[in-house]
Amino acid sequence: MEQRVVVTGMGVITSLGTDLDTFWNSLLAGKSGVSLIEAFDTTDYPTKIAAEVKGFNPEEFGIDKKESRKMDRFVQFALAASLKAIDDSGLRIGENVDSERIGVSVGSGIGGLGTWEDQHTILMEKGPRRVSPFFIPMMIANMASGQISIATGAKGPNTTAVTACATGTHSIGDSYKMIQRGDADVMICGGAEATIRPIAMAGFSNMRAMSTRNEEPEKASRPFDTDRDGFVMGEGSGVLILESLEHALKRGAKIYAEVIGYGMSGDAHHMTEPDPDGAARCMKRAIQDAGIAPDAIEYINAHGTSTPVGDKSETTAIKTTFGDHAYKLAVSSTKSMTGHMLGAAGGVEAVILGLSLKNGVLPPTINLDNQDPECDLDYVPNVPRKADISVALSNSFGFGGHNATIIMRKYGA
Amino acid sequence: MSDVYDRVKRIVVERLGVEEAEVTSEANFKDDLGADSLDVVELVMELEDEFDLEISDEDAEKITTVGEVVNYIQSHA
Repeated sequence: MEQRVVVTGMGVITSLGTDLDTFWNSLLAGKSGVSLIEAFDTTDYPTKIAAEVKGFNPEEFGIDKKESRKMDRFVQFALAASLKAIDDSGLRIGENVDSERIGVSVGSGIGGLGTWEDQHTILMEKGPRRVSPFFIPMMIANMASGQISIATGAKGPNTTAVTACATGTHSIGDSYKMIQRGDADVMICGGAEATIRPIAMAGFSNMRAMSTRNEEPEKASRPFDTDRDGFVMGEGSGVLILESLEHALKRGAKIYAEVIGYGMSGDAHHMTEPDPDGAARCMKRAIQDAGIAPDAIEYINAHGTSTPVGDKSETTAIKTTFGDHAYKLAVSSTKSMTGHMLGAAGGVEAVILGLSLKNGVLPPTINLDNQDPECDLDYVPNVPRKADISVALSNSFGFGGHNATIIMRKYGA
Repeated sequence: MSDVYDRVKRIVVERLGVEEAEVTSEANFKDDLGADSLDVVELVMELEDEFDLEISDEDAEKITTVGEVVNYIQSHA
């Protein structure tokens, strides 16, 4: 028998807050987390802005100082968000959940880039004998899932998706399927990223993918607006606790929402350029998996990165998928506020989806001053909207043409 | 003597996150100070930098306590 799967805990580390209340209130206030980069000197860089998690101290989240020194920043984010999510869920591993029945899938689009950069500098300056023995284990993208299991004692399935900006959504969708088919009762899942580093900023800049609106950081991420000029890099982590409904009910857990559908597709088109057909097939597959009619979808948390091509392509994909209903449903891009957290984006946006369903409020797309005529849907411009929605969808698309969509339903609806 | 010991102690405290009082001459890196094999490699690297000497892999494998490190440095530096 297929298990139903619900969300029973959530945790975020973002530029807009490191607890759910602060984060949610910032989104409803239409606050931007983007500001001038403090992590390094940006003098020679065309883009000088990002959505940084400022003043992050892993110890404040219960991570041992000695251990955190051996973790890349993305792993610190992932573990901090996971500990918060577990706490939120009321789970005590080994007590009210069998440690062998709780697994982990917290991915990263890139992995320990900061560690790479630091150690490569040491290699160039001091030679091979000085490269840290911790370089490899700190840098590999699967180490978030590894460290989370080590810190929490979760001994169930342990894996990692690495699908660029679709990572978080793939991690959650894959985890949903694992619980549905009985591989685990609970999964700690989502994404983490920490790439506000010189090498990444240079690389993305040279792709002409990032906004250079340095003089107005908080207005730089403006999905679906005529004047958008690229994405704004964010960092952090978003983690969900997914649990079989049966397990959640047995322990009287609080339930945010039910996960009811997961879709995946590949563009088979281009390394970085999206193909709207791939995104449309992904959404259709998720709707089919959920066993609902397309017009049941009332809200879409868009991938919406604020790149000229991407936002148009996603709009086209939504119209292809939903036909006339595309104009009736609400779409918003919360990346207008959080920046684009790459592999963490799907995790954070799944948290937003859960909170939107539970609270009956849709977060806005901020900085939508002059809507692009080619992006002609209802993007919940600038102010949040009360809407007692029942079913909502979240999209994530990654370089390589990896597409992932999850669908959630209000619990009990 | 005390100078080398103090400098070793400072590095061990910082790298292994232990209390100063634990870093006795007899303290075993793995058994008493909680170091794993990677910690020991990193520690050796730092000692090489601090004392400007090279500790061969064979020698490093034989060193198991704080006192042995101090002796090694004193006879090689």
